[in-house]
Order: sequence, then structure tokens, then C-alpha cells
Amino acid sequence: MLSRQALRKAASPLLRQKSIPLAVRNASTSSSSTAFQSFLNSRLTLASVSLLTAGSVAWYTHLYGSLPFLAEVHASHASDEGLHPPKYPWPQDGLLDTFDHASIRRGYQVYREVCAACHSLDRIAWRNLVGVSHTVDEIKAMAEEIEYTDGPNDEGEMFQRPGKLADYMPAPYPNEEAARAGNAGALPPDLSLIVKARHGGADYIFSLLTGYVDPPAGVEIRDGMNYNPFFPGGAIGMARVLFDGLVEYEDGTPATTSQMAKDVVTFLHWAAEPEHDERKKSGLKAVILLSAMTVISLYVKRFKWTPIKNRKIFYDPPVDKTH
Amino acid sequence: MAFSTTLYNTFFRRNSVFVSTIFVGAFTFGIGFDTAVTSFYDKWNKGKQWKDIRHKYVEAAEE
Ligand code: HEC
Repeated sequence: MLSRQALRKAASPLLRQKSIPLAVRNASTSSSSTAFQSFLNSRLTLASVSLLTAGSVAWYTHLYGSLPFLAEVHASHASDEGLHPPKYPWPQDGLLDTFDHASIRRGYQVYREVCAACHSLDRIAWRNLVGVSHTVDEIKAMAEEIEYTDGPNDEGEMFQRPGKLADYMPAPYPNEEAARAGNAGALPPDLSLIVKARHGGADYIFSLLTGYVDPPAGVEIRDGMNYNPFFPGGAIGMARVLFDGLVEYEDGTPATTSQMAKDVVTFLHWAAEPEHDERKKSGLKAVILLSAMTVISLYVKRFKWTPIKNRKIFYDPPVDKTH
Repeated sequence: MAFSTTLYNTFFRRNSVFVSTIFVGAFTFGIGFDTAVTSFYDKWNKGKQWKDIRHKYVEAAEE
């Protein structure tokens, strides 16, 4: 009421004259009409103040990630989620980029010499490596070094034989219980699909392998556990396994901790997505073909519709010929 | 006019010719397109794929 009155007063002298009796009647409650009053009551002021408020709340929320003046309560500590891994520039990152196969080859060596002591790689067979990181002859020789149980033979007995291309990677433990017993109750997960199975994928596993540090003050880690800020909860059963110079690369690459981590993660990424390189090539072909087809179909549509869209219809009234 | 007439007479007049043109065309386009895309892809990823590093290990195996 007040504002509308004031607004009206300010807006038009004609209106003001008419509303004089009203103003007199409400003299005790309505204040005198000053320029300041009309500024305060103007719609423009209202709109801009609302805009400023909404804008600064939005800006604050964008900057700090939470609404101002509203305290947030979490049942968990942020460290329970694990540190988010930084984004690393992998050679296979781009839409058209393949894996770096020299890195896959080195990564296999790291897996074989380090990780294979605890982690299985169930879904990869020897033959999968042929033409990816090794030649057939190399793989045959590597498979033959390992004894597999096969059978039963004619007498119904199981027997040992050297591995062949079709065999899958040997597991370090015969079963889950043995794996847990050998690792203080923690189960080393199978690594075949680990890159797909963890948030952050390759970046996470790289960070995990290179991220071991001393626990910060106040964080207690049980005996046999290790502190790693990237692992959700912070306490991981796997100790730091990669140290500078642990393996010797045949291609002369210096085997630093981060180099080995990069290579083994590349290898595990390939293991999780062996179709990766071919998939990107097919994707390129599909995009080229489908966009060409789209352009052609748009052209054909316009071509066919041109006469219909541009025609003019005239009504020619029949001439009465009887007169 | 002349071009479209020739086109019609060579490819569209007889159904047998028409169908074989489509089949042969699809076949050759398939090969050509694949070759073109692959050569671009290999250039883009030079030095990263197995075929780029294979020679190091094949020779080593023969020695
Ligand atoms: C001494 C045995 C051992 C070795 C060697 C080892 N790990 Fe582990 N790893 C474990 C155990 C045990 C766990 C389970 C940890 C847990 O759940 O607390 C684990 C867990 C993992 C995980 C899963 C972490 C998660 O987010 O759940 C990854 C990934 C991993 N290891 C990768 C590797 C890689 C890569 C190597 C080789 C460079 C390797 N490990 C070598 C014992 C080992």
C-alpha cells in the first residue's frame, strides 16, 4: 500500500493531486514523498537488488562449492573418499590416439616381475599379447616356461605340461583364501579390468602406485596396513611396490618409479580395453560415413522439396459459359 | 544432357549392369575408404603402434 502510493505520487502529478485526500487521511502512517523515498521504492531498485543478491549467492556457490551462511554436516570425513587423482596426459587420451605399444611392452614386464607375485590377470591369455606387445615366438617361449595342469589323460589322471598360446595368465594363488592368507587378510584384486573398475581409471591407479607417503599426524595405521591418501579410507593392504631401478628395461628406458607406474598402468589399461585402438579407428570411419550421409540426405530432401515449397497455387474460378 | 544420357545408357539401362555397378562400387569404396582412413590413422599415431616397433623384436628373434 505504502509503496504503491508513493510510486503513484512520484509517477504523475495528476495522480498525486487526486490522491491528496487519501494522503491526508493516512498522514500518520505514510511519510512524506522525497526523492530518496521514491528511489527506495522504485521497481528498478527492487529488481537490481534482487539481481545483486542472487548473483552474489551464485558467485559464492560457484567459488566455494556450497551455499553461504548454511553450514554443511557430513557423516563421513572427506578422506574416506580418497584424494581425487590429478588428470595425467596419457598418450591414448585423444579421440584418435592409440596406446603407446612400447609402453604396453614395458608395462607387461613390470606386471610380470612385480605385480604378478600377488595379482592375477585372469582374462588375458598369452595369445592376446601377440601383435600387441610381443612377437609370436617371444610369447610361445614365455608361455612354455610355465607349467599348466591339464587332463585328465587316458588313465584319468591330471598331468603337467608346458604352457601354450591359448592358456590364460597363471594366477599367483590357487584360490581366494590362499590369496588373503598371504596378504594379511586383504585380497589382491584381479587386474584384468581394474582400470575400468575404479573411479578415475588409469589416473587413479597411477596415483595409487606413486602416492605412498607417511601418514599425517593424527592418522593411525594398523600394523600391516599402509597409508595412501588416494585409497578410499587411507589405509591399504598393499605396501608400496615400485621403487626406482626395480626392473631393467630392455629398451634402455630409465626405470624410475613413475616410469614403471606409467607403463604398468598403460598395460593394465590395454588389458581392460584390448579393443581400444581398433574401436577408435572404427569410430573415425563411422563419423565420416554418417556425416557424409547426413549431408547427402539434407541435400536430397531440399532438392526434392524445392518445387513443392516454391509452387504457387492459383484459383481459377470456372467461367459460367451459359450466358 | 549428354553426360546424363551416357550415364543412363552405361549404368542404369540394364538391371544386371546396374546391380553389378553397385556391388563393385561398394567393394572398391570399402577398400579405398579403409586404406585412406588407416593411412591417416597410422600417420596420426606414428611410432606408437605395434607395427611401428615390431621390427626391433622380429630381427632380434632371428639373430
Ligand atoms: C605384495 C603383494 C602385492 C604386490 C606385489 C602388488 N599388490 Fe596390488 N594389492 C595387493 C593387495 C593385498 C591389495 C588389496 C589392498 C586392500 O584392499 O587393502 C592390492 C590392491 C591393488 C589395487 C586395488 C586398489 C583399489 O582401489 O582397490 C590395485 C589397482 C593394485 N593393487 C595394483 C597393483 C599393481 C599395478 C602392482 C604392480 C606394480 C601391484 N598391485 C603389486 C598386494 C600386492
